[in-house]
This record gives sequence, C-alpha cells and structure tokens, in this order.
Amino acid sequence: MSRQETSAPSSAARGSKIEVQNLSLWYGKTRALENISIAIPAHEITALIGPSGCGKSSFLRCVNRMNDLIENVRIEGKVCVNGEDIYAKSVDLIALRRQVGMVFQRPNPFPMSVFDNVAYGPRIHGRRNRVELQEIVQRSLDAAVLWDEVKDKLSSPAMSLSGGQQQRLCIARLLAVEPDVLLMDEPCSALDPVSTFKIEELMLGLKEKYSILLVTHNMFQASRVSNFTGFFLSGELVEFGKTEELFEKPRDKRTDDYVRGRFG
Amino acid sequence: MSAEGLDNSMLEPRHQFAERLFDLEQDLIRLGSVAARMLQKAMRSLKDTDTALAREVIDEDDVADDLDLHIETRCMRLLAQQQPMARDLRTIGSILKAIADLERVADFSCDIALEVIHLAEELRYEPPARLFGMGDKVFQMVLDTLDCFSSRDLDAVQRLCTTQDDEIDDLYREITDELLAHMKEEPTVVTQAARLLFVAHYLERIADHCTNVGERIHYIETGQLKQLNVP
Repeated sequence: MSRQETSAPSSAARGSKIEVQNLSLWYGKTRALENISIAIPAHEITALIGPSGCGKSSFLRCVNRMNDLIENVRIEGKVCVNGEDIYAKSVDLIALRRQVGMVFQRPNPFPMSVFDNVAYGPRIHGRRNRVELQEIVQRSLDAAVLWDEVKDKLSSPAMSLSGGQQQRLCIARLLAVEPDVLLMDEPCSALDPVSTFKIEELMLGLKEKYSILLVTHNMFQASRVSNFTGFFLSGELVEFGKTEELFEKPRDKRTDDYVRGRFG
Repeated sequence: MSAEGLDNSMLEPRHQFAERLFDLEQDLIRLGSVAARMLQKAMRSLKDTDTALAREVIDEDDVADDLDLHIETRCMRLLAQQQPMARDLRTIGSILKAIADLERVADFSCDIALEVIHLAEELRYEPPARLFGMGDKVFQMVLDTLDCFSSRDLDAVQRLCTTQDDEIDDLYREITDELLAHMKEEPTVVTQAARLLFVAHYLERIADHCTNVGERIHYIETGQLKQLNVP
C-alpha cells in the first residue's frame, strides 16, 4: 500500500494522533505484522477489522507497548503518539500507558469497591486528597455514563455490577488518569446487545475528547460507530479509509470479500 | 452431495444469503419481463384498436404490483437479517430502486392501454407511424435494460443511457410536433391527437425509467452513483 492510501483523509485537517511507519512484529519466527504504515486521526473513532489472527489486536497492543510483556516479541518500525516515538529508550512506560489506556474484551474490574476502582489510577499517580479523588471519581463515572447508576453504591464491590456496568467502570477507571488515546480490544464481545449499544453511545460521546482505536470482530459495530476503518489480513493492512466508503465500495477485492462475509 | 450428505457449496460462508440474493435478481428480471410484455401488448392494442387486449394489459398490472411488493419485502428482510455490505449492499439498494422503475414501466403500459380504450370510443384517427417505431424502440430498451442487469455490461449500459435514450427523446419531439400540427390543421381530431400525445409521453417516460435502472447497474458495478446522460 502506498503511504497516501493509509492516511485518513481528515487527518491533515485535524492532525494525526498516532503515526505508524513500517511496523513489523514477530512472535518468535512468526511474522504477525508486516510493514504497517498508518496515520490514525485525532478525535475520531478508528476501527480495525479482520479475521482471527490477522494482526489487528497485535497492532493495537503495539500502541501502548503491551507486546513488551510477551516473550520472544520483536518489533521493527516506528510508532509515534503525539509525534513522540513510543519505542524510544527514554520512554516512561507507566506514563505511556496512562496516556494510552486500554479496554479489554472482558471487563476486568479490580476486586475492590466501585469508588476504589476509579480512584486506583489517580492514587498511584500521587493524588491522595479525598475531596479531589471524589471529584475525579464522579467526573470519570459521569463521563462513562455510569454515575447515575452507581452513585448510591460507590462502596459496593465492583464485581456486583452487571457486565455492561463493569465495562463502563473499566472505561471510567481509564478516564480517571486523563488519557489521550483509548485502545479498545473487542470491548463489547462479552456484552448483551443493550449494554453493547450503551458502550457504543459512550464511545461516540468520548471521541470529542479522546482518540479511540477500536478492534472489533463485529463489522456492524465498526460501521455504526467508527469514522475510519482499517482492514487487516494475514498481518497486512489491506485497506484503510473512511468507514462508509470501506463498507460501501471497498477498493480491494479482499476487503470486499471479507465485508460481504465471503470468507473469514 | 458428498458422502456426509453436505454439498461443498453449503459450507461456503453465506451460501444461503448468496442464493437469496440471486433469487432476488432473477425476480427483478421477471418483473421487467412482465412490464415489457405489457408494453408490447399495449402498443399492439393501439395498432389494432384491440380493447380486449388493452384490458388484458390493465389486468396484468396486478402481477407486476405483486412481484414488486414481493421483491421489496424480501429486500427489506435481507437488509434486516443479513446486514449486507459492499457490493451486496449496493445490489440490494439498487434492486429496491430498480423495481420501482420497472413497476412504473408496467403502470405506463396500463396508461397506454387506457388511452387505447378511450380512443376506441372516438372517431378513427390513424396514429403517426413514428409512434409505433418509438414503441418498438422503447420495448427494445426495456429488454436491453434487463440484459444489462444480467450481463453487467457497462458499455451497453452507457449506450442505453445515452444513444438509445437520446433517440427516444428526439422521436418524442418529432411526434409531438407532428401531432400538434395535426391538431392545428384539423380541430376535430384534437381529442384523439391529445391522447396519442399522452402515449408518446408515456413511452418517453418508460425510456427514462430504463436509464434509471441503467444507472443502478453502473452503481452496483462501480460504487459510483451518477447520472449517465448529462446534457
């Protein structure tokens, strides 16, 4: 793919949040990503779709260096967030993961109260003042559209919430440390349709303030919520462009076959 | 069928969806064929002043209406249940539009048949020969439209929407001028000539609906929605 094809059309106007150049990734001898170049625009939802094992989650994990935790991983190329190379030696990983937060497939609240889940991040970043923490918790739960549902049970165990509420709690926990980028790895795959639609509404509301990168197996979710979509296949970024164009008239036959459900 | 009782094609992803889409395309061609036959009969009834044949055309409109609704219902069901994407989405969206155009072809054929019934009640007035020539060409356009839908031949689509449609527009103008001249010369034929003017107008509109379908075929193939005959 040419460089031009992998840039979102509006990124020039609003600026790219994440710039990836010639990124390749190996698990041992297996190449999982092949020479990916892409510019992810700021304040948009960018969806990554593709069949299982295509590399979309591996790509997502490169953006906050979660792959560093896996043995025998080798990465080549450049990943910049806000223009800074996140693989530079000087990078503080804790600061990076505060700036680039991640929501996982299954909600993973900590075994503590609703309040403490949201206050956890600010506390480890040195915020101790009770009033200040209360304000952060309320603001974060409010931004995650959960405040009204949990304001009377802040001291209840987070595990007592429903699956959809737990996932929104995890998002509130991320927002509490004021990130810039939200990485979402199949955030609705364990949720029922109503909870899924709530998370989707939440994403649409959050994009004004955050840049969201969403990995999803659900093409219809990608077409509902995202502004840009990238299609991965066998570690290659086959096509990247405006979501409506990719789903209505994809340029590449492989994308066309995939979105029509002809393989995968 | 294999030894396990499953045809290989049944294991292809979305095999049943592909079959239903194919059936829809076939039914669109059936609808177009019904409309074409109605047009042919309507023009023959005009030539022979055959009111029984004209009434047959009007009765056949129910078949076209039923097919139109049947296809639309299945399109909506596929949209709701299968969430089609890309070419499949363009195809179903285009079928929804194209059946409305083909149903209008059937309606205009009924309108022509109605004019034939009214004309039979008036004094005999020989329609201009060019009107039958126009009828033949428009009938051919309907058939060509259905061929284009089957073959997805974009060169043929372009010809349909430009050369063939322009030819119909020219004929319509010539016939209109001829009929208006007759009306001025012979006021006793004004009613009959006015009815024939309507017939020419209906034929011209049918040709326009054919170009609409042509533009949908172009959209299915290219993803580009555009008018193919821009003046």
